[in-house]
Amino acid sequence: MSREQRVCMSARGVVRRFGGKEVIRGITLTVRAGEIFGLLGPSGSGKTTLVKMLAGIDRATEGDIEVLGTRMPNLEVLSRIGYMAQSDALYAELTARENLEFFGALSGLRGGRLKRRMRDVMELVGLAEDLDRFVGTFSGGMKRRLSLAIALLHEPEALILDEPTVGIDPVLRKSIWDELHALSRRGTTVLVTTHVMDEAEKCGRLGMLRDGRLIAAGTPEELKAEAGAASIEEAFLHFGGVRA
Amino acid sequence: MRVRALIVRIIRQFLHDRRTLALLIIVPLAVLSLVYLVFDGDTYRPRIGAVGAKDSAMPDILGPYAEVAMFDSGEEAEAALAGREIDAIVRLEGGSPRVKLEGSDPARNRAVTAAVQSAMRDLAALRHQALSVPLPDFEYLHGGPDMSTFDSLSPVLIGLFAFFFVFLIAGVSFLRERTGGTLERLLATPLRRWEIVAGYTAGFGIFTSLQAVLIAGYAVGVLGSMMAGSFGWVILIMLLLSLTALSLGTFLSAFADTEYQMIQFIPLVIVPQVFFSGLFDLGSISPWLRWLSHVTPLKYGADALRDVMIRGEGWNAIRFEVFVLLGLSVAFMAANVFALRKHRKI
Repeated sequence: MSREQRVCMSARGVVRRFGGKEVIRGITLTVRAGEIFGLLGPSGSGKTTLVKMLAGIDRATEGDIEVLGTRMPNLEVLSRIGYMAQSDALYAELTARENLEFFGALSGLRGGRLKRRMRDVMELVGLAEDLDRFVGTFSGGMKRRLSLAIALLHEPEALILDEPTVGIDPVLRKSIWDELHALSRRGTTVLVTTHVMDEAEKCGRLGMLRDGRLIAAGTPEELKAEAGAASIEEAFLHFGGVRA
Repeated sequence: MRVRALIVRIIRQFLHDRRTLALLIIVPLAVLSLVYLVFDGDTYRPRIGAVGAKDSAMPDILGPYAEVAMFDSGEEAEAALAGREIDAIVRLEGGSPRVKLEGSDPARNRAVTAAVQSAMRDLAALRHQALSVPLPDFEYLHGGPDMSTFDSLSPVLIGLFAFFFVFLIAGVSFLRERTGGTLERLLATPLRRWEIVAGYTAGFGIFTSLQAVLIAGYAVGVLGSMMAGSFGWVILIMLLLSLTALSLGTFLSAFADTEYQMIQFIPLVIVPQVFFSGLFDLGSISPWLRWLSHVTPLKYGADALRDVMIRGEGWNAIRFEVFVLLGLSVAFMAANVFALRKHRKI
């Protein structure tokens, strides 16, 4: 249990303003090493903004962010994080293999290890047959899966996934969640955002986000018990100040 | 290593994207060929009308310099002039010619004037043979009597094409990296900002260099554009021009949010440069506008290309322009590294 208690990511009093608009309004949270932490909130609640700061792309206006024991943003830590953006950041005019080779090379993968990892991650997301197809011909769900494969490619210690299962069918969604749990058991920290309430139940711990504030955090069971609610959705309404 | 990954990716994208490759390579050559066909023809022979029996000697007098059409009446000639079938009507009244021009095209006006003046000179020489009017003897410092309009335009045009297509393609590609979310994805990797700019410059540079060499080679080798100096200098200037366009295009794309906004830079960035590039004679431009020409990269490239291709000059004449283009490229690249701070601070 001792490794469960180690901190992987932490935010202390984080504020992010764009121009005069405050999008993140003082968030403090901790993600422990090896856990699956879910950020739950409606669109516009600040999930993506918070996640980008944790991934080292954006910088907090106020407050501190640490990932893997280093203050962010930091270029060295970036190679130990796997990031999957909300929009599929893929090159449509390249094949899936060429996309993987490019991002793999950026993270320092090459030769036999790159080949092996490419095969592994593509099998995991069920795209092994589509390696040499152009990404432009992929469906929305296939692009999502390829983005996930790229995030997993270099076996990062921390995974940051922004809405990873949008547009993915239930069977594949289940296999992806099974893999996230397997990764977590092997020590990978997973931070995942979602606005789907039933997905939130699959997380080890959960942070509820609304209007740039963290309105509650804990295991799904704790949150439901504290709110006296039967479902995560009811709990969210409770903490959001709306009585069901 | 990481820069190499970027270069390999850009090469692959280009090879898969035949359309962009065609825009970069084939279109400039096609447009250059068109310009050649339009401007390399013989000098224009004006069509001049004359009226009736009184001026029946006109075909003999004007014949060497113009096509002469005879009309039965003044009205007919006027109608032909109005219908732009002829460029001018010439009447001899009391020994001195009266010329009425159609007038709407300055180039044709000049052609008519020159033809009539030449004809009058012949006539004068004929009548006062005893006086023997001395004819001027012409010498050329540069160029020559056979230099065509295309020869004088081609240094500017090849520079313009290298600049324009590279600017557009590089700008839009880098912009798409931003709008497609891949730039953000790149910035979630340990890739440094200067590595992105270096990778783009090198990856695109391979294709833009190829384009620059092809355009210059086509203009000189196939279309027979005047080439007084060394072709090596032409290649050097063309490479620097396309490097400047590449760095300017990628830098300016930071200020556009959509492809459409990138297109909006054309009237702002490209068109003024065309005016100052030497395509038009700016001898009479107002002095308070002239300083503008000093901030347009294309002007430096075109000046240097002209020095080499038409005046046959070498390194000493183009040294300054070469350093200006090099300096501008480095400045634009540095500015781009800085502009990427907008997306990631380190």
